[in-house]
Amino acid sequence: MLGNWKRLDTWFSTWNKNNPTDIYGPVIVMGTLGGALIAAIALVSLGQPFKTDSMQTGPRGTGMSVPEFVSDLAEPDPGIAAYAAIDTDGDAVAAMRAWTGIPTLFEDEEDYQTIVAHRMIEMTQNINENWDAHVNANGEVGVTCFTCHRGQAVPSGVWYNITPVNQSMAGWSSTQNMATSQSQYTSLPSDALQSYLADYEPIGVHDLDSRVPGVPGQDVAAIQNAERTYSLMNYFANSLGVNCVFCHNSRAFYDAAQVTPQWATASLGIAMVQELNLDYLIPLEEVLPPERLGPVHADAPKLACMTCHKGYQQPLQGTNVIADWPDLATIGASVVD
Amino acid sequence: MITEYQNIFTQVQVRGPAEMGTDDYGTLTEDRSKSATFSSLTGWLGNAQLGPVNLGMVGIASLFAGVIWFNIVGLSMLAQVGWSIPEFLRQFFWLALEPPSPEYGLRMPPLNDGGWYIIASFFLLVSVMGWWYRSWQLAAEQKMGKHVFWAFGAAIWLFLVLGLFRPILMGSWSEAVPYGIFPHLDWTTAFSIRYGNLYYNPFHCLSIVFLYGSALLFAMHGGTILAVTRYGGDRELEQIVDRGTATERAALFWRWTMGFNATMEGIHRWAWWFAVLTPITGGIGILLTGTVVDNWFIWAQEHNFAPAYDGSYGYDAYGSYEAFIGKE
Repeated sequence: MLGNWKRLDTWFSTWNKNNPTDIYGPVIVMGTLGGALIAAIALVSLGQPFKTDSMQTGPRGTGMSVPEFVSDLAEPDPGIAAYAAIDTDGDAVAAMRAWTGIPTLFEDEEDYQTIVAHRMIEMTQNINENWDAHVNANGEVGVTCFTCHRGQAVPSGVWYNITPVNQSMAGWSSTQNMATSQSQYTSLPSDALQSYLADYEPIGVHDLDSRVPGVPGQDVAAIQNAERTYSLMNYFANSLGVNCVFCHNSRAFYDAAQVTPQWATASLGIAMVQELNLDYLIPLEEVLPPERLGPVHADAPKLACMTCHKGYQQPLQGTNVIADWPDLATIGASVVD
Repeated sequence: MITEYQNIFTQVQVRGPAEMGTDDYGTLTEDRSKSATFSSLTGWLGNAQLGPVNLGMVGIASLFAGVIWFNIVGLSMLAQVGWSIPEFLRQFFWLALEPPSPEYGLRMPPLNDGGWYIIASFFLLVSVMGWWYRSWQLAAEQKMGKHVFWAFGAAIWLFLVLGLFRPILMGSWSEAVPYGIFPHLDWTTAFSIRYGNLYYNPFHCLSIVFLYGSALLFAMHGGTILAVTRYGGDRELEQIVDRGTATERAALFWRWTMGFNATMEGIHRWAWWFAVLTPITGGIGILLTGTVVDNWFIWAQEHNFAPAYDGSYGYDAYGSYEAFIGKE
């Protein structure tokens, strides 16, 4: 056998030596063409696996659109099914216990959770009645406890003051350049929510004339203010699952003549969040136990876009949650008998 | 034969006695390191000979000042993460040494609110200006023109505009650029947005033209010379005055392509001016921002430079959320 093999080897090698042929060139060409052909057939027959759809938000030709993966769009917010699964036959107390995941709610009037719950009912009624223009901007939607809580005692997407983010610096150096949840994991400032949604700092940074004299940070906005506003806008975008051009024409961010209809709704949202934090949530600092307060300043948990929206343009993708609960939409109505 | 020229790396490595450089006055070697070595690896990228290096006193002072700047920045970052090396590595791209807060204007701020930044910046200034001086000194010793010195000066112009001239004109050191990977990019974005969109700054436009133009010219020139290397085209300088077949073919290629061709001399003047004008025009654009123009979009509208379109046009074509998520 070995002898035969060697003989085969010899004539094979000799033949190859006498007939030099470039086999690599054709193999590479055929492999490339064949691979491209298979990829093309797969794309045509199976479809683009990462197909996107986009929602136009501005004049044609300006690139204003919000893109999403078709596969993501096909999947509804799981909160919608979770909400539908809670059926208490009109019993508001039972519903609120299920929505907040607190089975003993309203049993003991001295319990802090019950005290907070009464405050939160007033807040919900205020949102539904006075902030109708934000909440129901695109049709009746409303909010209930479930909009934020989703079956949990502490809603996801609440925030605390976490600045300074380092101990060695002061001023603007101490509030930025650290990957935190509130900087949206950028190096932008981490105090945007505290500054704008609790402390009423001005958000806009632009001069509305081509020339405005003044020293930055003293007479006019500094670059640092622009960075903090940018941090807030990153938070907006991530909370709603959108991009800049959902609200702005990005060629002139400040220009009220070029914004989209959503910009007005979002501006109302800012005012709403400021009022809710100042009037309802920050005062809860007196009521809440230490383990419910912030890790750095022992401040009350506060809300913002993410607390309701949870990454969607509309909370629960625009599901009407208020139709069955008119008492939650009427200030002063008694919800708990 | 073909593969000899179509290669990513340098194909010819000259090896002989190390070239130690001229010494016309008998004193010039004092500033040079003594030895030279050869490396095949550096030969792939350029000359295989490594050294001697001629630092001189100014070069040493420049390196020394640069190392101080580097350490102040690094130690400030380390202090911000509580001297934790793992946290330093984790947050490295986010960390920065920031300029002072705006309330200090042009005064000296506390060390932990921009003071270290001012000190570090002083050392960086000394380092860069020292290195700039070297590019004059070494050219003078070789009796060369000062083209590299002036080109480096163009980059230094932009550097000084960003960190010195503009902050002084604005009345605040807080306008300077932070020393950090992501933070200096944040600064760039915020700077553009704060001043109403830098894309409407005509000097920014010019700078982009020269930057992209530099890349295009570099690719055209590099490609042309490599393509005629087989005819001796890489001896560009001799061919400025004594055109050979390589130059003729390269010239013919471009003349056939677009009716015009540079010369072996002219292409280097194109390249030098495009490269130099990138930071010169960019620096002018930065210097005007906030000092002369505070909102470039409004400025552009006043000068009929930004097109206006009817904001309400096509509202009916805008998508609705219900249709987008498929619930309509």
